[in-house]
Amino acid sequence: MAYLDRAVRSIFLWEFVQAFWLSMKYFFAPKATVNYPYERNAQSPRFRGEHALRRYPSGEERCIACKLCEAICPAQAITIEAEPREDGSRRTTRYDIDMVKCIYCGFCQEACPVDAIVEGPNLEFATESREELYYDKARLLANGDRWERAIARNIELDAPYR
Amino acid sequence: MILQAIAFYVFSAVLLASAFMVVASRNPVHSVLFLILAFFSAAGLFVLMGAEFLAMILVVVYVGAVAVLFLFVVMMLDIDFAELKKGAQAYLLPGLGVGGLLAAELILAIALRWNIAAHAVRAAATPVGVSNTAALGYILYTDYIYYFQVAGLILLVSMIGAIVLTLRHKATIRRQNIRMQIARDSATATELVDIKPGQGA
Amino acid sequence: MFFTNYLQHQGLSYAWSWTISQVVLIGVAEVVLLVSIAFWILADRKIWAAVQMRRGPNVVGVFGLLQTFADAMKFMFKEPIIPAAANKVIFILAPLVTTTLAFAGWAVVPLDNGWVAADINVGVLYLFAISSLGVYGVIMGGWASNSKYAFLAALRSAAQMVSYEVSIGFVIITVLLYAGSLNLSDIVRAQGPDIRGWYLLSPLFPMFVIFFVSALAETQRPPFDLLEAESELVAGFMVEYSSTPFLLFFLGEYVNIILLCAVMSVMFLGGWLPPVAIWPFTVVPGVIWFVIKIAIMFFMISMVKAFVPRYRYDQLMRLGWKVFLPTSMAWVALTAAIVVLFRHHVGA
Repeated sequence: MAYLDRAVRSIFLWEFVQAFWLSMKYFFAPKATVNYPYERNAQSPRFRGEHALRRYPSGEERCIACKLCEAICPAQAITIEAEPREDGSRRTTRYDIDMVKCIYCGFCQEACPVDAIVEGPNLEFATESREELYYDKARLLANGDRWERAIARNIELDAPYR
Repeated sequence: MILQAIAFYVFSAVLLASAFMVVASRNPVHSVLFLILAFFSAAGLFVLMGAEFLAMILVVVYVGAVAVLFLFVVMMLDIDFAELKKGAQAYLLPGLGVGGLLAAELILAIALRWNIAAHAVRAAATPVGVSNTAALGYILYTDYIYYFQVAGLILLVSMIGAIVLTLRHKATIRRQNIRMQIARDSATATELVDIKPGQGA
Repeated sequence: MFFTNYLQHQGLSYAWSWTISQVVLIGVAEVVLLVSIAFWILADRKIWAAVQMRRGPNVVGVFGLLQTFADAMKFMFKEPIIPAAANKVIFILAPLVTTTLAFAGWAVVPLDNGWVAADINVGVLYLFAISSLGVYGVIMGGWASNSKYAFLAALRSAAQMVSYEVSIGFVIITVLLYAGSLNLSDIVRAQGPDIRGWYLLSPLFPMFVIFFVSALAETQRPPFDLLEAESELVAGFMVEYSSTPFLLFFLGEYVNIILLCAVMSVMFLGGWLPPVAIWPFTVVPGVIWFVIKIAIMFFMISMVKAFVPRYRYDQLMRLGWKVFLPTSMAWVALTAAIVVLFRHHVGA
């Protein structure tokens, strides 16, 4: 009887009919994915995206050229050169990040004593050439200016846990 | 008419050229591919003569099945072409002899205007009233039924012979019973065994 | 043939005007087919996406309608790489053979009553011949790549295609016996006037299932794509192909799939015939019914990819030789008996 049952089932492709029915149910089920460029998933305040150099509200750049980030960077993606400015303060003359080398570990922002270098929330910085991914100081400062509001909010949200 | 003439000459030229290349090309795989081209052109000629069924059967049987096997064999063999070419000179005279004989026979046949057997009915590609395929069927299954069946029988015998010669059931080889594999479901696929401590393997 | 008449009025002889109009007709049909393939591919991807609860391509154009064109452009502008050890002529020839054959098959498919490029008496045999030639694209591609992986995959693919062609041949014979003709248009006419005449709802139904599965195997579609598994084996015999030659293989594959859908519609679903031959349905042009039937078959083929796991090679060969071949041979005998005893059909 069991044999007959199995034979009838396989002749009438019963498993395929069942599978078809199941996949038709999922066919009309709501989509599990988001419509990405128009919809986005929630982002954690700790998200480590594109780098940025921040400024104080006065407009003065935060970075004091302590080179802690350069020292800790496991990928050695950061290059810093520093000199005293006219007013005598210690500032960077060169702050480059090779975004091709960077592994987005976030050690640089952890090491920074003044919250100058941060990894912002931006994740859409694909470029058409490799050269565009060698960020210099101007580019990083511009990033900071552009994303300052989001970055400040993220730091504030994450502060209780630090 | 001019279109048919063009088609005829194109097919014939391709047929002759590729038939020549079958013999002349250095790479045996190229030879087989040229052979396929030759079959194809021959099928085209059949279509021009109105023998469409024959043309299709030529393509299905020779190109679709026989030449595939040729190609399989030729591709799998690791032949030293230079070595093969060395001996070819020795076969030149006999080859030319056979070729010349065939050519002479053909010329003779054409010179006699194909009237070798006086009682033979002149070949007509499409008899009036029936399609080509049906006409072939009527002839094959009436006048030539015994020859047809015998041909089939010979093929069957050779097929069984090939299987008998090559099939070997070794007792040492473990075979898979796919029907049993497919019939398994979640209830029969797993077995839970309660093993006392220290009793397991 | 209005166009033929028009050219004759322009002072051309019948032969020339027929040839020219035929060439134009075929050209238009091929272009329409080529463009429609883009949307069939998109439909394919959308269907899998839906079953997997994804959205599928939706960025290029409205609903992603232009996605395939974008992909085609990408392939065309890529660098065609020909391996140094490859046999260049055959390497380039192989995708051309595949694509040409796939398009050539469409010559005999009747889109509507009389809408057929070549209404030949041996249409079914022609289709069978064309599909049996499809092996050559595969073998040539695999061999000419001069890569052991491509070659092994080509041998296995060729063995698979040849095996399933046998049962396809027997399925075709049962349909021929029922219809009493080798002409595809006549096969459709024999299934008239409506759904009651379709061979789907006749003793031929098991043959339809066998043809469907064999069509999947013949075109190396899932669940029989174990030789060119895109994600694991990077496309089997096409490993060494890139750029436009790869595009041609891909195109040929899809044209073949649609062709087999069309053949299934012609042989089992009554081609251009409406399902019910009463007023609102008979007004709809036959070509629309035909396209709807192709779409249904294509949907089924896509769904199979979405829910059937891959076969193992020995299972594949077992299914072809030990299940389908005996079944279809038995059915040929059975169908012949039915035709002789009950249908009293006299062959053309």
